Amino acid sequence: MGKKIKVLIAKPGLDGHDRGAKVVAMALRDAGMEVIYTGLRQSPEDIAKAALQEDVDVIGLSILSGAHMKLCPRVLEFMKQYGIGEKPVFVGGIIPEDDALELKKMGIFEVFGPGTSLEKIIDSMRKIVK
Amino acid sequence: MTELSLEKLKAEDVKEISKALTIIENDPIEAKKIVGALDEKDYCVIGLTGSPGSGKSTLTDRLASLFSLKEKIGIIAVDPSSPFTGGAFLGDRIRMKRTSRNDNVYIRSMASRGKLGGLSPSIYDAVELLGRCGFKKVFVETVGAGQSETDIANLADIVLLVLAPGLGDEIQMLKAGIMEIGDIYVVNKMDIEGASRLKSRIEAVLDFSNHRKDVILTDGIKGTNLEELARLIEKELQFLKESGKIDEKRKKRKRFNKLNTVFQELKELPDEAIDRLVEELKKLTGGR
Repeated sequence: MGKKIKVLIAKPGLDGHDRGAKVVAMALRDAGMEVIYTGLRQSPEDIAKAALQEDVDVIGLSILSGAHMKLCPRVLEFMKQYGIGEKPVFVGGIIPEDDALELKKMGIFEVFGPGTSLEKIIDSMRKIVK
Repeated sequence: MTELSLEKLKAEDVKEISKALTIIENDPIEAKKIVGALDEKDYCVIGLTGSPGSGKSTLTDRLASLFSLKEKIGIIAVDPSSPFTGGAFLGDRIRMKRTSRNDNVYIRSMASRGKLGGLSPSIYDAVELLGRCGFKKVFVETVGAGQSETDIANLADIVLLVLAPGLGDEIQMLKAGIMEIGDIYVVNKMDIEGASRLKSRIEAVLDFSNHRKDVILTDGIKGTNLEELARLIEKELQFLKESGKIDEKRKKRKRFNKLNTVFQELKELPDEAIDRLVEELKKLTGGR
């Protein structure tokens, strides 16, 4: 037994497209990580609370609804409120470049747009946990 | 104890409980230290087992929600780890949306990490930690179980065996193993055809043996009969307490906790050490 990387994959807000989240979750699983998937339409507070209870190493948000500029800061706010503001948050989805820069300024660790390879996602998560 | 605050743990701080559970999952020796540093408390363990997709998570969510009105409830939901990569996809929380925002309910997902039997190697310490952190009832949901995942019977005070219509006839119920370990039999998805037939078949099979057990029809999604199921659980707990059987269950839990720890430690030993142990064991058992 050793330390396993634990990841929370969550979909905040009103967005029913979860194929991306599932593909990433499966890839992380196959890379030997323990992935907690919380399902569709989660509120930012639900996500922060799940991350707190599960004590995950990394949080991955999948957003395809276009509401990323509203949802991401809310998730970060609740995480701070729950005392887990230090945990790295990744965002995946259709995020314009300008927004991605803004999100990173806000405290999002990395933004993965369409076409990002699964290897890149796995590597970034491994690097940050170490 | 690295970077864990015992004070906060004793104050039942959620973040600290979460951190403690992570340590318990990763380090069995440290786990014993953490649990040992907390005072023993009165709590009970309710296990839910049954085939994949029978509705264990949904029922756990419903029950936790009902019981949380008067006490703190802990949930540990176990899902399988991959035998190839060691990774896991833990999806029980998806069905637990009713309680995910309830401050009286704590939910934790766990991977089975190569342990057969339906639970995870660190489950005993994890459950004990929650018990000592003020959770009055700890629900343990096993991985989707087949026929022989019966470890939950050693851990729980009460086992709910969750069944759904459409998965085999009476012969399946006569088989040894999982069908024997239920204290309460739950036929979930009662809206599906065949549910009441399944209930009467289980009752018929249970009649072959002497002890009468409750069989109940439920609909986890709609919540039908859930109050009645909660009442049956309280009734069974009451019976265990009055008959003194609860002490036997707790003794058993402690014994299996120890055995589980020994086994986890043995697994790490090299072959020569195992050989020496076998010799020592012969002395203990008188050469049998």
